[in-house]
Parts: sequence; C-alpha cells; structure tokens
Amino acid sequence: MKTPSNLKYAQSDEWFDPASGTVGITDYAQNQLSDIVFVEILVEEGEAVTVGKAIASVESVKASSEIYAPSAGKVSAINKGLSEKPEVLNSDPFGEGWMIKIEGGSAGDLMDSAAYEKHCEGRAH
Amino acid sequence: MTYIPISPNERDEMLKTVGVKSLDDLFDAIPKKHRFPELDLPPALSEMEAAALLGEMASSNENVREHMISFLGAGAYNHYIPSVVDHMLRRGEFYTAYTPYQPEISQGTLQAIFEFQSLMTNLTGMEVSNASHYDGATATAEAVNLAFAQFRGKRKKVVMSPAVHPQYREVIRTYSQGMGLEEAGDDASVNPESGPEAIIPLIDESTMLVVVQFPDFFGRIYDYTKLIEAAHAKGALVCIVANPTAMLMLKTPGEMGADIVVGEAQPFGIPLWYGGPYLGFFTTKKSYVHKMAGRLVGETLDSRGQRCYVLTLTSREQHIKRERATSNICTNQGLLALGCSVYMSALGKSGLNQVASLCYQKAHYAASELGKIKGFKVHFKESFFHEFTLQCPKPASEVNQYLLENGIFGGYDLGRDYPSLKNHLLIAVTEINSREEIDTLVQVLKEIDNG
Amino acid sequence: MAKIIEPTIFELSSPGRLGVTMPASDVPETVLPPKELLRSDLPLPELAEVDVVRHYMHLSQLNYSVDGGFYPLGSCTMKYNPKINEDTCRLPGFLYTHPMQPIETVQGNLVLMYEMQEWLKEISGFAGITLQPAAGAHGEFTGVLMMAAYHKSRGDTKRTKMLIPDAAHGTNPASVGMLGFTVVTIPSDARGNVDLKALEAACDDTVVGMMLTNPNTLGMFDENIEKVIKLVKDCGGIMYGDGANLNALLGIVRPGDLGFDVMHFNMHKTFAVPHGGGGPGCGPVGVSERLVDFLPSPLVGIIEEEDEDTPPLYGFVTPKHSIGRMKAFHGHFGGGLVRSYTYIGMHGPDGLKDISQYAVLNANYLQARLRGTYKIPFDRICMHEFVMEGQFEGSDIRALDISKRLMDYNFHPPTNYFPLIVHEALMIEPTETENKDTLDRFADALIKIAEEAKSQPDLLHNAPNDTQFGRMDEVKAARELVLCCWLPENYETMK
Repeated sequence: MKTPSNLKYAQSDEWFDPASGTVGITDYAQNQLSDIVFVEILVEEGEAVTVGKAIASVESVKASSEIYAPSAGKVSAINKGLSEKPEVLNSDPFGEGWMIKIEGGSAGDLMDSAAYEKHCEGRAH
Repeated sequence: MTYIPISPNERDEMLKTVGVKSLDDLFDAIPKKHRFPELDLPPALSEMEAAALLGEMASSNENVREHMISFLGAGAYNHYIPSVVDHMLRRGEFYTAYTPYQPEISQGTLQAIFEFQSLMTNLTGMEVSNASHYDGATATAEAVNLAFAQFRGKRKKVVMSPAVHPQYREVIRTYSQGMGLEEAGDDASVNPESGPEAIIPLIDESTMLVVVQFPDFFGRIYDYTKLIEAAHAKGALVCIVANPTAMLMLKTPGEMGADIVVGEAQPFGIPLWYGGPYLGFFTTKKSYVHKMAGRLVGETLDSRGQRCYVLTLTSREQHIKRERATSNICTNQGLLALGCSVYMSALGKSGLNQVASLCYQKAHYAASELGKIKGFKVHFKESFFHEFTLQCPKPASEVNQYLLENGIFGGYDLGRDYPSLKNHLLIAVTEINSREEIDTLVQVLKEIDNG
Repeated sequence: MAKIIEPTIFELSSPGRLGVTMPASDVPETVLPPKELLRSDLPLPELAEVDVVRHYMHLSQLNYSVDGGFYPLGSCTMKYNPKINEDTCRLPGFLYTHPMQPIETVQGNLVLMYEMQEWLKEISGFAGITLQPAAGAHGEFTGVLMMAAYHKSRGDTKRTKMLIPDAAHGTNPASVGMLGFTVVTIPSDARGNVDLKALEAACDDTVVGMMLTNPNTLGMFDENIEKVIKLVKDCGGIMYGDGANLNALLGIVRPGDLGFDVMHFNMHKTFAVPHGGGGPGCGPVGVSERLVDFLPSPLVGIIEEEDEDTPPLYGFVTPKHSIGRMKAFHGHFGGGLVRSYTYIGMHGPDGLKDISQYAVLNANYLQARLRGTYKIPFDRICMHEFVMEGQFEGSDIRALDISKRLMDYNFHPPTNYFPLIVHEALMIEPTETENKDTLDRFADALIKIAEEAKSQPDLLHNAPNDTQFGRMDEVKAARELVLCCWLPENYETMK
C-alpha cells in the first residue's frame, strides 16, 4: 500500500496535496473498491466547497462510494479525462487518477502518512 | 391440499435432530398472545375444485375473444399471440428460475435478456436498453428519475405533453412526490388538442425533461425532431413514450434524436390479462447508462474462453448503492421480456411488418367508414397509426352504452380525462379485428339515435 | 475468437426466412403516411419457427431452476410452483379481458380481486390492502409514500429520518432515498435482534418511522418485537414491515396484530407465483387503520350492495387521501393474483400454517446438520432461513468459492454476502417444498466441501468445474459494456 509522505489523508480515504490543492482517492481506497468502472465528478469548476461535501461518486464492479472534499475552498480544476478512463483510479491513484483541485480554503482535520497507515491497519477485513 | 413432501415419520426424525418436541415448539420467540391465530379463510380446495372455481370466475367475464368485439386500446392492445410464445414461457427452466445472480448456471435467462435488450435497441433506434420495468407508466416515471439524477436535482422542471397517457401522468406525479418537481404542460395552460409546438415555449434552462408520446394518446403521429432540437438547445433531455407496434412502421424516436425512449411492450406477445402484468421497456443513449435504473446484462468471457453474459454495472443498483440509487427496482419483468423476445423472433421481420401493416390498414378502413356516418367524424387531421379520435354526435359514454348492448366495446371515452372531448372516443384497431367486425361497428353506429 | 455455446437470435437470422405469418388484409388499401414519417429499415431477425423453438430450448437448458433442483437462495423463497396455477392464470376469461372494460363485464375479475384483498387482510391482520404494486420493491415504495403522506396530512413536516436495521435489504434504504428522506442505521445486538438502546437513542420527533424485516435477514424473529414497535410508535413514527420473509409467519402470527402499520407482500415468494428468471413479481401492501385513507387508487370495493335478486356489484373506489396511482392499470392481475388466489384457495387456514411450520422445520433441520462444520454467528432456533459463515480458520476459501463448488454438486448456491453484517455470509432458505432426502444430500455436500476446502482448496478456487460455463469476467463486462447485438450485416456500422 502506497502512502506518499508529502500528502495529507482523510478518514474517508481521500488524499490532499497541500502544495497544489489536488485531491484524489488513496491506494487503500482503490484496492478496497476493486475494479473501478465509473466515476462522476459532482462539482463544477469555480464552485465553492466545504469540508465533507460529496465531490465525486465512484462505482466499481462490486461497490459504490462517494468521495468527500478534504478541504474547503474553490474548485479550480477538474480531471475531465477520468470519466473516459476510470481504471486509472486503480492503476495510478496518486497521479493520473487525481480528481479535482481545491484552492483558497483551509483543509479539514487530516492525517499524515504514518497516521493514515495506522488508520488503515486498524480496520479489520 | 399442500405441496409439502415430508412424511410424519420424517418430520419426527427431523424434529429430533433439531432438538424440539413438536412443530409448535419452533415458535417460542413469538409473543404468546398473538401466536397461532385462527384464520377465517375458506377451507382448502382440492386441485379439481380449485380448477372448477377459477374456471367459473373466469367464464363469468365477457372477454374480447369469445364474447365481445373490442376497439379498446388506450395503453393495452388486443393482438394475436403466436402459439410458440406460451410454449416457451411454460418451460420450467425459465419460469421457475430466479434473477440470474449465479451466471454460470443462468446463461439461458441472461442471454435471453441480452437478446431482449438488443431487440429493443434495434426497434427504438437507441444505444442501450435495460432488462425491463413493471410497465410503460413506471418506465416513464423512471425516465424522470434518470433526468433528476443526471442533473443532480439542479433542474426540477418536467414539461409534459397533455397528450401523454393520463394514467402515465398520474404515475409520474405519484412517483415524484419527494422530488419537489415543477410540472408544466400537464395543466389547463396548454390546450390538450394542440400539437407539440404548444409545449416548446415551456421549455427553459430549468427544464430537466420533456415527455411526449408517440403516437400520442389521441393517436396522432408527429415527427418530434424540432421539439427535441428546441429542448436540447436549453440543455433539457427528451423522453418519448412509444408504442412498439407503431415503431415497426414509423420513423424511430432514435432517429428523431430522443434521449430516452420508453413504453409498454404488452402489444408484443403479452395477453391483456386485465391490465397486468405487462412489460415496460427503457432505452437510452450510452452516456446515460450509469443513471439508468434496472437490471442490465452485458457480454463477457468465462474462464474457459466461452462467450457468456452477466448482470453488469450492478453497483448502480439498490443492493449496493442503497439510498443513493436512482431507483429501488430489483425484480423486473424477466419472463415477459422473454415472451416479448419470442414474439418478435417468431414473427420475425416479415411477420412484424405484416402486423404493423394490418393494424394501419384496418384502422384506416375503420376511420374512413366511421367518418361517413352522419354525425361522426375523425377529429384530428394528423396522420395516425392504429388508434384515432372519433367525434360522436352525443356523449361518448352514451355511445359506448349503446355499443355494449350490441356486443361491442366501443372505445376509450376521452371525456373521462379531457372535458373538451366528452363526445369523443379513442378507437383502436388491430390485426385481430376483421373487416366484418369493423362493418358491424359501423352498422350499429348508423342505427344509433343521433337526434 | 470466443467459443460460442449458443448463437444469439440475431446471429441465427437469415434474410428472407419466414416465421409465423399473418393473414392477408381484408380491407381496401390505404396509402401509407408520408415517407419522412416512416422508418427506413427494420433490423430484426428473420427465422423459421423451428429455429426459434430450438434456440429458446437450448437457452432453457442453460438454466438452473426449481423444477430442476434445490434452490436454497436465502430471502428469495424459491419454493415449488404448483402447475395448476399455470393453467388457471391462462383461462381465456382472464387472458382476454381488457383493463378498460366496463365493470359489469368483468365481475369475475373484480370478485377475485376483492376476495384477495379480504384474504390478505385476514392473513396479515391489516385493515386495508392495495393489490396495485407490481413487485415487492414497488410495494415498499408505495408504503413509504403512504408514511410520508400520513405525516404531511397532519402538518408534521419535520419528520425526515427513517430507521433501518443494519441487516435490511437494500431496497429499504433505496425506497427511502426515492423520497429524499435520510436513513439512520440501527445495529443488531448479539442475539440478532434490534439493539434496543441504539433504537431508543434514535427515536425522536424527526422520525418518519422504521422499516423492519421480521423475521430479519438473519432468519431471526426479533425477541423484543413488541418493545421495538412501542418505541417507534411512542415517538410518533410509523412501523413498516418488510414482508419478504412472510413465509415463516402464515398462521403463526399476524404482523398487524403485533402493531405493524404497513407491510408489503411478495406474492412470488410467499404465495408461489413463479419468479420467472426475475419477474414479474406482485407486491400488494397492507395497512393499519390510520393509513387506510392513503392507499393508492383505485381499490376494489362493493359499489352496489346485493339484494334479493342480484349479487353485489364490484367496482373501483378511491381512498379519501390517496397517494395516487402506482402503475398504469390494476396490478399484476393475471400473472400474480390469479396464481396466488389459486394457491391460497387450495391451502386454506390449516394448509397455510403447515407451509410456515415446515419451512421453519426445514431451515432448522439444515442448521442442525451444518452446525459444527460451519460457524453460525447467531445460533438459536431460526425461522425459515439461517445465515452461516462461508470461511474457515486459516484458509483463504471464501463464501463465493463454496457457492461455486455447490454447483458441481448440482445445487443452486445460497445467497452470498448478505446480510452485510455477517462475514462471508451464506444465507440458506430451503422452503417447505423440499423433502428430507434433498436436505440431507445438500448438507452432505456442504460438509464434503468443508473437507475439500482443507484437502483440495483448488477444487473450490476453480469451481464450478463440471458446469457448462466457468467463472465469468465481470470486470471485462463492466469496462467494455457490450450491452446489445445487431444483425450480422449491421454489425460493423452499429459497433
């Protein structure tokens, strides 16, 4: 399981890059969801979001999940390529699988990579 | 009689294995004061008695094959069903199977649904079809659900033609009670007798869906291409409620550019059955497939490299998405979708063309002959397929009563839903109606006192 | 190239082949509508009748069915479907009646519907019944609409929370979602009952009601049912009963007597309407006195009382505050109500009680035979079904592997992965129409599979091994989305 140390993590398995404002789902999340076949971004560019707002909906062959904003702010970019290639959420969740960028607001209560790793281990499966 | 295959000895042995003394001991968890109520129901019948009783009940009806000549349509049509259809439906392998959750041992049902989806997309000119809905009305209501989900509740207006089946409009209203929808078109503001151009001004940037019927409830055929262009210009989706028999002959809603095409497939191999069960179909464009309700079958391969079929995109559905699902639908009309497929396959392209042609020809013969009777007139000038609006010299209810006394179910009394049309009957003619039946209708109406 | 076991009906088509033909027209010809209103092509298959019969026969042979074997799919009540029902529902008097016929000409249908309403009231203890809903989920939606309408009619608009146990069917929250209410999940306690403390904490004046399946999806009858209902009602909520598991309760207890306000019936489960490979179902709804005025319209009623010479006249009536119409016509009359009327009529009060008693006996017998081999997390006398874990200590075998292996023994697997609160759940519902020999063979197979899980785990991992088809690539299906086919000559242009 990858947890890049430059990122911050939400309890609900989103990552947030404080440097760029980029948001995505974690390696742990993509693995739990298994093969992702559909993603829909629920916000628009320029829209203001609050922490915890549903920003995307993801469906895999066996599960469905909503993705929540880890930070408040304004949506400054959306990864429009995702709807065509939802499988990159599995193959490259921290790179090509980024979802949106949020800028100009404060992040919610997020974990660093070590704390997030512990959080994942603590969940029994 | 019961169907329990356990002898008293076996029962006692089983009770012993379970560790209780009697069957009643299995129910200790149930509050004592309510346990084992005496049900006041008629005593059990043997199979012979049940067959006789049901036979008596059935034959006390006046039916449209043995007793009555019928020109009733209005959403349920009297068509001939080839014998082969029921022979296939009576196969226990089909009708005693469940929803195909285990695809390895359910390929019969899965491939049959895949073929149903294919028959529907080829018929409507659309890209995807689901595995069916309860009926045409609920399929239409699910189109509203799709549009609501597509715009994520940001658009709330539905523009509904008043010439959509009144009962379908009622169902849409029932279904959408929790959505806070704004409905336009379906009220006194639009003259129901006007054509689709009358609802175009109602479409705006808050409109999520426009619903029209093809042919419309009065039987009129319109090319909705312009209406659809106008709706798309405002970003709205368009749903066409289409009659499958009419689509065999007419320009497809897909060609017109519709986003969703739904309807009632009862005319394709499903008996009238006093209103149900029928078969709603739902087709749309591929881009809306993730918002579509209902079961969906897709093609894939098995571990041995064999082509096969599975339920797919199941995470759209209620058992996974729960309260976020577009709909709660699970069981649909599987067996009737199979019946529809057998109907379409058994008649084939040629037989279906014949059905459509006979409906068209006979309806036009009837309209032409009825229009010659003093006081009667075909009400609309637009083209029609197998159903048309007949203006009568007196209230339609009185005309129908007279016809009933003469062994004829006249037509649907349009005055029930449209006050301005209280003297109008909606007459449906199918391949079932012989020239003799049509001539009888004409003859009886000639005799009606039209003073 | 993929190997094709049975071509599609489109692939079997050959241009110019004729199937069933219709008679020649007996009326003078009328010109067709203008060309721009006509379709250019009708791209549908062309086959002879024998081609059609062979095709669907082949397809039928690829299905597992109740007529063919044991189908212990939990929560689905896959009981035997009596053959007489197939005959009664096809009587010409039922087949050929139009939903818009004058009521005087369909008194047979209306009597049947009226009596069915009365019978279902008596069986369930409710005050009113609608026969209109097309399936269980449709009935559920009907019920939730009535709950919403009830509160609204009293001006009680702050109620938006629906309480739903964690073991519930997915249709419960989905029905609630369709009305925009929020779902509050109530956990189960260690005995498989609703956790009373959690329920009490959730009950306040914002509660619409509670949707409870009882017996629940663990197959347990809630031992505190009266307390649960009292808590919900005391806070002003309405008690919804999911009737999916009614096969355990016929003549045993009436949900209306327990205090439920509304419940849907699954006629295709409890009253032997065949499942048809996924429908049509039939889902009447019963309600207590306080919801009667909100029932969908129309209902069947007596509109002219009988007198000395004439029987009563049955017709349609509209409840005072009806939520409206749920579908175009009167419900699943032919396929649903005629079959279940025949079934209930042939059972009578004692026969109905037998159904539930033997359904419960069969489930407990299987549970007793499998206890010790499989872990049963909520282990007490069950109702018509029970749930066990499809996993073993120190083994990577999962419920799915066990299910697939059961196919090699020619059994349909139980329901997998439901309810969600049991790990690797296998939910087993034998129904009352199985004999002891079948139950023993099934238990023996599961015990053997538990041994195989240790000795030859690959037999399970690769299962099914002896069926026509192996495991299927669901990811490929969902990613490539091949959802329909076309005539061979259209394939290239359409694809």
